[in-house]
Amino acid sequence: MTDTLHHATTTTATDQLPQVHLPRNTGMELDLDWVASVQANTSAIERRAATLPGRRSVKKSYQAAWLAKAITLIDLTTLAGDDTEGRVRRLCAKARQPVRADLLDALGLPPLTTGAVCVYHDMIEVAVEALEGTNIPVAAVSTGFPAGLSPFELRVKEIEMSVAAGADEIDIVISRRHVLTGNWQALYDEMKTFREACGEAHVKAILATGELGTLRNVAKASLVCMMAGADFIKTSTGKESVNATLPVSLTMIRAIRAFEARTGYKVGYKPAGGISKAKDALVYLSLMKEELGNRWLQPDLFRFGASSLLGDIERQLEHHVTGAYSAGWRHPMA
Amino acid sequence: MNTQEIFETMDYGPAPESSAEALAWLAERGGIAGHFINGAWGPVRDDFPSNNPATGEKLAGVTKGTPEEVAKAVAAARKAQPKWAKDSHQRARILYAIARLMQKHSRLLATMESLDNGKPIRESRDIDVPLAIRHFYYHAGLAQLVDSEMPGFAPMGVCGQIIPWNFPLLMLAWKIAPALAAGNTVVLKPAEYTSLSAMVFAEICQEAGVPPGVLNIITGDGETGAALVDADVDKIAFTGSTAVGRRIREQTAGSGKSLTLELGGKSPYIVFEDADIDSAIEGLVDAIWFNQGQVCCAGSRLLVQEGIAEDFHERLKARMANLRIGDPMDKCIDVGAIVDPVQHAAITKMVSETEGEVYQAPGTLPEGGCFYPPTLITGLSSAAPLMQEEIFGPVLVSTTFRTPGEAVEIANNTRYGLAATLWTENLNLALDIAPKLAAGVVWVNATNLFDAAAPFGGVRESGYGREGGWEGLSAYLQPSAKLTEAKPLSVPAAPDTPKTDGLDRTAKMYIGGKQARPDGGYSRAHYDKSGTLLGHTGLGNRKDIRNAVEAAAGAKGWSKTSGHLRAQILYYMAENLSARATEFGDRIRALTNTSASKASAEVEATIRTLFTYAAFADKYDGAAKGVPIRGIALAMREPIGTIGVLAPDDAPLLGSVTLLAAALSMGNRVVLAPSEAAPLAATDLYQVLETSDVPAGVVNIVTGLHKDLAPTLASHGNLDALWSFSPHADKAALEQASAGNLKRTWVNHGGNPNWATLDPKTALAHATETKTIWVPYGE
Repeated sequence: MTDTLHHATTTTATDQLPQVHLPRNTGMELDLDWVASVQANTSAIERRAATLPGRRSVKKSYQAAWLAKAITLIDLTTLAGDDTEGRVRRLCAKARQPVRADLLDALGLPPLTTGAVCVYHDMIEVAVEALEGTNIPVAAVSTGFPAGLSPFELRVKEIEMSVAAGADEIDIVISRRHVLTGNWQALYDEMKTFREACGEAHVKAILATGELGTLRNVAKASLVCMMAGADFIKTSTGKESVNATLPVSLTMIRAIRAFEARTGYKVGYKPAGGISKAKDALVYLSLMKEELGNRWLQPDLFRFGASSLLGDIERQLEHHVTGAYSAGWRHPMA
Repeated sequence: MNTQEIFETMDYGPAPESSAEALAWLAERGGIAGHFINGAWGPVRDDFPSNNPATGEKLAGVTKGTPEEVAKAVAAARKAQPKWAKDSHQRARILYAIARLMQKHSRLLATMESLDNGKPIRESRDIDVPLAIRHFYYHAGLAQLVDSEMPGFAPMGVCGQIIPWNFPLLMLAWKIAPALAAGNTVVLKPAEYTSLSAMVFAEICQEAGVPPGVLNIITGDGETGAALVDADVDKIAFTGSTAVGRRIREQTAGSGKSLTLELGGKSPYIVFEDADIDSAIEGLVDAIWFNQGQVCCAGSRLLVQEGIAEDFHERLKARMANLRIGDPMDKCIDVGAIVDPVQHAAITKMVSETEGEVYQAPGTLPEGGCFYPPTLITGLSSAAPLMQEEIFGPVLVSTTFRTPGEAVEIANNTRYGLAATLWTENLNLALDIAPKLAAGVVWVNATNLFDAAAPFGGVRESGYGREGGWEGLSAYLQPSAKLTEAKPLSVPAAPDTPKTDGLDRTAKMYIGGKQARPDGGYSRAHYDKSGTLLGHTGLGNRKDIRNAVEAAAGAKGWSKTSGHLRAQILYYMAENLSARATEFGDRIRALTNTSASKASAEVEATIRTLFTYAAFADKYDGAAKGVPIRGIALAMREPIGTIGVLAPDDAPLLGSVTLLAAALSMGNRVVLAPSEAAPLAATDLYQVLETSDVPAGVVNIVTGLHKDLAPTLASHGNLDALWSFSPHADKAALEQASAGNLKRTWVNHGGNPNWATLDPKTALAHATETKTIWVPYGE
């Protein structure tokens, strides 16, 4: 684990990418027997998820450090129809300096950045430009996000165009119907094609877990996407009615653990949507630490897909420094 | 570490819960735990210390209750009881007030519990205290409903209750709530290691308006407990070790005190190959590392299907490495301190003597306290002591199985029978296995789920009686119907010159569906009042009992038959008895010297009784309990197994048949010692049994003198219950002998019921034990 500790102080342009430090997941042949044997007991998973926040608690300077860590794991995101270049530049500026410098000084922490900025294809170039000179990668949602129902060729083309536009990371959406109909071969082929289209950019597979119906499906889809070479698996687009939840997260990261045990490849995890409180971020960090270990607390293996989380963390950090509860307007908006 | 360093290491750091409030609470009260009698404190003395097991520091002094102090508390309870029993709505209000106040003082209760016991504050805060509160809410409801829902029952009177140190407050709640709800008054003794949360609770009761004398608490050690068992109480409820439970059974034998025991266990935790393995492993954390494994129903015996065992153990070890052991007052701790150095030494010794392969979670243990690392022992066979003996610590033993059948066989290969856990994603398998496990509680794809609405308790040497639900309340109620002293029937004596019609009518034993000569080769004669020889019956001995129990044990199939089939057979018995009503009436008249009309009334009553129990065979249903989870908790009524019956002399036919029918209707097998004075009434039943298709071995009848038969029945290790309504049996001796395998007893303390009017549900309750099967669901 020591090989990654330098993340804390010096982040380089591509630090967040898993392939920099670890052998990239090359995937494997689709193993349908393995997929068929996957079990996920919903009640038990829910119980574990429900008790975890009570089992782990991080206080005082530990909490501040953990929250600072959480900031470095955020894919600061804007995915709205009314995004403009100005809006994206403002977001990028926030990504460069997510926390007021005086607070970081008081905490004894060096400058931080978020893990990435996440935008639609059309905003890649402006984001790349706005982040020039920083270490922050640009992630683009792709493949007909969020529904993933545009023509397949166009979805592949979209990836290629986004990579060409400078995106370091591509967040693809899978075809939910392949999961819902148990067509694992189709899911595998689709994912594999997407991965190939990404080239050197790393690929996050969005499962849209809120639309997969069962945790068993979530577990199987996670596994198939990893078999097809996903670098990250991600819960949601943020547009489904249910997005990241702890039970879904537990199911997916257990799949990550199983995949590593079988293949040796470490695959990253990104919960997205619905994580808006500092307290929630701490629970997610402890979940990763408990189930996968400290290695998954670094931006190359863990990201939060979030937009409003940062604001709450900033307020908590100020509270830690001053002892007084903070207000939103005391921190620069994204 | 500074923030920068933590940012890099991402350690958890300390997250301490303050103990200041709890310590101040103790200091304000003089730092001594003592008696709460008749609504007032005292006397209090610093007789022995109560230590914080995490640090070894003294928390408080504890008063060791003397027999005189116990008597004082019992007298106060006795005085308060009649008034307390009068108004169930008032009881409901007070129990509700207790629940509300416990909620208000929940943090104090939780911190006190963790300081005193060593359990992680998370568990006290999130499990023990909420469950205890829920228990009082639930029982406030039972108090409200008991009069209307349980007519014909009355409280027992004064209950002596002795609770263990592993869940001091929760066990207190499990004991006190039902006792008070039912209208009893209580003298409770907390465990010597953990008296402090009971002190907080006593204050809560004062505040809630519990009348003086209704709840009394006596602190002390085992000697104080023994004094409470000996005191003038009507019932003893005990939770603790099997060894002490057995002593209490022996100590109360013959006293007529009602007794419920919740004892030890070595509960199996079965993982089938199609289970969600990660969840099953997480379940183990809740099974054996919950409360440092100091849980009577801990899933301490892991049974993994062979094909997945290696992978399972590897993953389990990885999970164990993530358990955090340390200061129980830290909110980020999974495993706290063992309650006392004595327990720690016992665990250490047991583990050091094992021949298995021992794996202990890596990491250093905190210094100065009573800590033991989570431990897994693999490679043990069923014969290994650690597969059989309760360790009562964070130590899991593991073995493998090949088939579901073998899993059941290994799971049931134990003297205990408290709880069992099974993991499979196959509902068919789960619902097939759950009923086959010898356990009072079965958790499917979960473990250690508890709720006030769900009965909890064991079978075999894990004790008897249930806690929770209406079943638990019943353990604090008794039938209010009047009993009559069981008297020997005076039968015509042998005449100087017996008359005989020259035809031999020797009734043999009825064992395994066949008539068998008495092993001893002795018989005795029975005459009518004119001196006419009615026939001979064999004088049974211990070997006849042995053969009968063996036959009954072999007739296992009966316990698996449908209620419908059992009903058919009981109706058939009634039919066949009815066809021979005159003959049976004449026999009763001859045997008992009674009038023709009374004799025929007894036959009619017997037929009616057979109809009643036939009717109940498929109607004494279990229940789906309203537990607060997404899932079902099925309270299934299971037969006890093999029941020995010493029949009464009064109503020689009706008495025997009532007990027989109640047992049979629920699927039990019976070894019946019929009325000693008039056994021919029962031996005449042989033909009825045979013509009614009662399978061989289901009913076995051994005639003879009860003083000869009772000791063998009472001490038999393969008999699950003993019912005695005989005026000839030594009640104390048979209850004492029953302690051997802790068989359930139903004995005629206070007399025999009126057999014609006995509430069938009383008998059916004795003929069944509740198994609670928890099945959480959701996809």
